[in-house]
Amino acid sequence: MSHKVLLNSKEVNITLHRLACQLIENHDDFSETVLIGIQPRGVFLADRLAQMLREDYGINNIQLGHLDITFFRDDFRRGEKPLEANKTTIDFIVEDKNVVFIDDVLYTGRSIRSALTAIQSFGRPKNVELLTLIDRRFSRHLPIQPNYRGRQVDAIDKQKVKVNWIENDGEDSVYLVDK
Amino acid sequence: MSELSVNHLLGIKYLSKEDIDLIFETADQFKEVINRPIKKVPSLRDITIANLFFENSTRTKLSFELAEKRLSADVINFSASQSSVKKGETLIDTVNNILSMKVDMVVMRHPNPGAGVFLSKHVNASIINAGDGAHEHPTQALLDSYSIREKLGSVEGKNVVIVGDILHSRVALSNIYALQLQGANVMVCGPKTLLPKYIKELGVKVETNLKKALEWCDVANMLRVQNERMDISYFPSTREYTQQFGVNKELLDSLDKEIVIMHPGPINRGVEITSDVADSKQAIILNQVENGVAVRMAVIYLLASKIKQ
Repeated sequence: MSHKVLLNSKEVNITLHRLACQLIENHDDFSETVLIGIQPRGVFLADRLAQMLREDYGINNIQLGHLDITFFRDDFRRGEKPLEANKTTIDFIVEDKNVVFIDDVLYTGRSIRSALTAIQSFGRPKNVELLTLIDRRFSRHLPIQPNYRGRQVDAIDKQKVKVNWIENDGEDSVYLVDK
Repeated sequence: MSELSVNHLLGIKYLSKEDIDLIFETADQFKEVINRPIKKVPSLRDITIANLFFENSTRTKLSFELAEKRLSADVINFSASQSSVKKGETLIDTVNNILSMKVDMVVMRHPNPGAGVFLSKHVNASIINAGDGAHEHPTQALLDSYSIREKLGSVEGKNVVIVGDILHSRVALSNIYALQLQGANVMVCGPKTLLPKYIKELGVKVETNLKKALEWCDVANMLRVQNERMDISYFPSTREYTQQFGVNKELLDSLDKEIVIMHPGPINRGVEITSDVADSKQAIILNQVENGVAVRMAVIYLLASKIKQ
């Protein structure tokens, strides 16, 4: 199994700062904005960005939630493996808010399609944006594109993009892995 | 583990500890779902479930139906009183007729013990036992354990007494299996006439003095006196039963600890527990009802995920 480094720890850090600045550009003081990390892997990115916005950019009223999309997926009973649910923690209503979905890798777009349905259980958002660390180009099954992207990569279906986080995997890095 | 070891829920007897853990972890997520402004998920939109009730039920049927609808399944209801069962049709024929209409899952309550097991061997659908005679009522036991876990943190090591009519109770038998599987200590307490002769062989403690039982336990599950199942008199009078096996506020206050009071419903207020106990904060009776929907959603979801397309 070969793997290629797409982003190392320093590059991940620079990219996160850029994404945080882009969010500030569009969302000002975040009073009308909520950040939603998509379970399971998007929550690390969401938590990290929220922490950065608070600590490095002095934005104190960040509303952050985690959304699990398992029960909204379109491949229930279709895959080999059963779907495992994760925890949803959204203790606010998204009615009339600017929602930013945060996920690590955008691939087919099906997770985001599920998330768009799932978020409706918490109200009708004013608008929904998508932030993703890695955007896999030319692999979408649905017409979904990110508003904020860390890095765009070209990868074939046989390859997998693996995003590591220091709090979970011991290092911040992004690899392209041949399966 | 992310998959149940069984294709049907016929009784707790057929489950493993891992199965119960998986059901509870999934139920945690569904409990969050049913507390959202919009309490519905689309997972089972291509699944049809038949609720077959050959015996009266209000809350179990409501709870199952709500669980099914919150998962977006299509639901058909059937009760024996309006059906061709009265015209002499057999159980297998009735169910096969319903399955011909492309039904994927059957939730069944039946007065005969083993009806679910029998059906699972003869028809091609996933079966959930919603109570079969005096045999098992697995989803009730699961929601009882789930409620204990929620209130006390875990079931393991807890002392649980089941009080009342053990002889006629499927809730008691399923609870004994479920609690023991999770490492709880189980005691049964009731008049000798309502304790099955060989109950000790299940590894439970037996006590006929309610005060002693309550002093021992962390949780007391008060069963209803099932007058409709009693063909002879098992105790002299309801008043005498209440005096010996009814829980009231004074009795609870006389204990040196606060125990949790549970009841599967429907309550006979003033018989097995008094109103002030049923409405006190020690009682988690309404939490049990809420948890019932979440646990049933988890069971249906996990079984449905094993139905191949």
